[in-house]
Amino acid sequence: MKIAVCIKRVPDMGARFKIGADGASIDETGLKFDMSDFDEWAVEAALQLAEKNAGSTVTVISLGPDAVQETIRKALAMGADAGVQLKADGVPAGGLAVAEALAAELREGGYDLILFGRVAVDTAAGITGVMVAELLGLPCATALSKLEVAGGSATGERQIEGGTESLSFPLPAVCTIDQGLVTQARYPSLKGIMAAKKKPLAVKPAALGQAGVTIAKMELPAERAAGRIVGEGADAVPELVRLLQTEAKVL
Amino acid sequence: MANVLVIAEARGGALKKVALEATTAARTIADASGGQVHAVLFGAPGVGAEADKLGAVGADVVHVCEHAAFEQFDAESFAATAAAAAQAVSPKAILVGGTAFGQDLAPRIGAKLGAGVAADAIDVTMDGDAIAIRHPMATGKVIATLVAAGQLAIVTVRPGAIAVGTSAKAGTVQPLAPASDPAASRVKVTKLTTGGGKLDLAEAPVVVSGGRGLKAPENFKLVEELADAFGNAAVGATRAVTDDGWRPHSDQIGQTGRQVAPSLYVAVGISGAIQHVAGMRNSKTIVAINKDKDAPIFKVADYGIVGDVFEIVPKLTEAVRAARAQR
Repeated sequence: MKIAVCIKRVPDMGARFKIGADGASIDETGLKFDMSDFDEWAVEAALQLAEKNAGSTVTVISLGPDAVQETIRKALAMGADAGVQLKADGVPAGGLAVAEALAAELREGGYDLILFGRVAVDTAAGITGVMVAELLGLPCATALSKLEVAGGSATGERQIEGGTESLSFPLPAVCTIDQGLVTQARYPSLKGIMAAKKKPLAVKPAALGQAGVTIAKMELPAERAAGRIVGEGADAVPELVRLLQTEAKVL
Repeated sequence: MANVLVIAEARGGALKKVALEATTAARTIADASGGQVHAVLFGAPGVGAEADKLGAVGADVVHVCEHAAFEQFDAESFAATAAAAAQAVSPKAILVGGTAFGQDLAPRIGAKLGAGVAADAIDVTMDGDAIAIRHPMATGKVIATLVAAGQLAIVTVRPGAIAVGTSAKAGTVQPLAPASDPAASRVKVTKLTTGGGKLDLAEAPVVVSGGRGLKAPENFKLVEELADAFGNAAVGATRAVTDDGWRPHSDQIGQTGRQVAPSLYVAVGISGAIQHVAGMRNSKTIVAINKDKDAPIFKVADYGIVGDVFEIVPKLTEAVRAARAQR
């Protein structure tokens, strides 16, 4: 099976963010970066599928500046076979511009399965994978927490509000991967890290489309007003209930 | 003039609340420029009975697309039909609730129409010629304003973020045929397993969540009983708890799980890791019960009680029941 995984380099979400001088970006000074969590699960899912299907290959693709090579190398160290950087100064908003660049790279690749994380943890939008499927005219199953491939078709499950949908679809297809599909992404081994240095990493210019949506402004949210400790132990319950009734008016 | 198109979600023949929220936002945009609100409602035959609810919150026209196959979600046929409807209505924006339904459909429609998607909006406004949305990113630590200037924007609206309005319009019902044969759709929903009529996290006015502080999966009954006492509450959990299999992943609230913004959020035995706070910080009122007075959850909570959850929660359940019985 020929599998592609599209991955994104994102800042560590534990950081205290600052807004950049242009007022419409995150100041990257001092931030640590890594692969988006959902994308790591997608890489892990691809590697597990490749292990079950002899002769499979896993290619990882990331769009962005040269720094994304580090993210690609991590996926290679986890066990992916080859990497592609679609070189661009930044990652435009709105999904479409990036989706067009990825679709252009994937179109002639002959992939049976193209995986994305359900959402990137930085922009929290979850658009690109589905758009790529649509641009390529491929079936797309989103937010899979289960995926099984047999022959030329696949089945999966996704959690929706208040339930679980079971899906079936033919390959080739695009899938976006949710939490729960794999238990945990593997850590790159030392051997894997050494091997990754020798794996092919192609660098190509990204054929970005037009961005339909732009970021006009970024700001830090207003801090929540300081709360208060109502009291200690069960004795504080009557006061809490009183506050919920009279002050917060939610009871 | 800016027409706005809403893609309305129904499940099991019943309209989702987020469809009313999206229609409310659509009405506001349309009113800013003298446009009309059109809604497309998909479902099995009979779903058209829900159309008047969309009229009551501001839809001028409701295009009802009924098909026996639409008992289940059909991304391909819904997206093709929505795109065709958009071509007829020429909207400035297409709004859809940011549920699994909308998150799947919005990018498909965007790609079909060559439009960008602004996801997970907590606010949608019209600024001159431009649709502007506010979207919490980076686990809610940054708020981005995205703008689609002079062109179509597809917007997913975060459930619970927009208060349902009362600006009633005609809601004239027009039948709409699917633009593609559902039988030809390649991705099939073969089964839908529902949670047995429990309130959904995205729609519940109250969410009661439990964390590791509950010590064992069976102790989640304390959380369930408290939720039951409120009468309108759904039960959530932290990632630690869902990773350990105490609760299903679908119950997880946080950065990698569900994002909720209920009127009241009660955190039981939850320390308040960034991962979790990212999913609930927009709740209107937050209550935390935790034994550690220094737990970060108390920094986001409006009201906190420090102490043993096994002692406090049953008392709170009792008090909430009593308070509701008096009303």
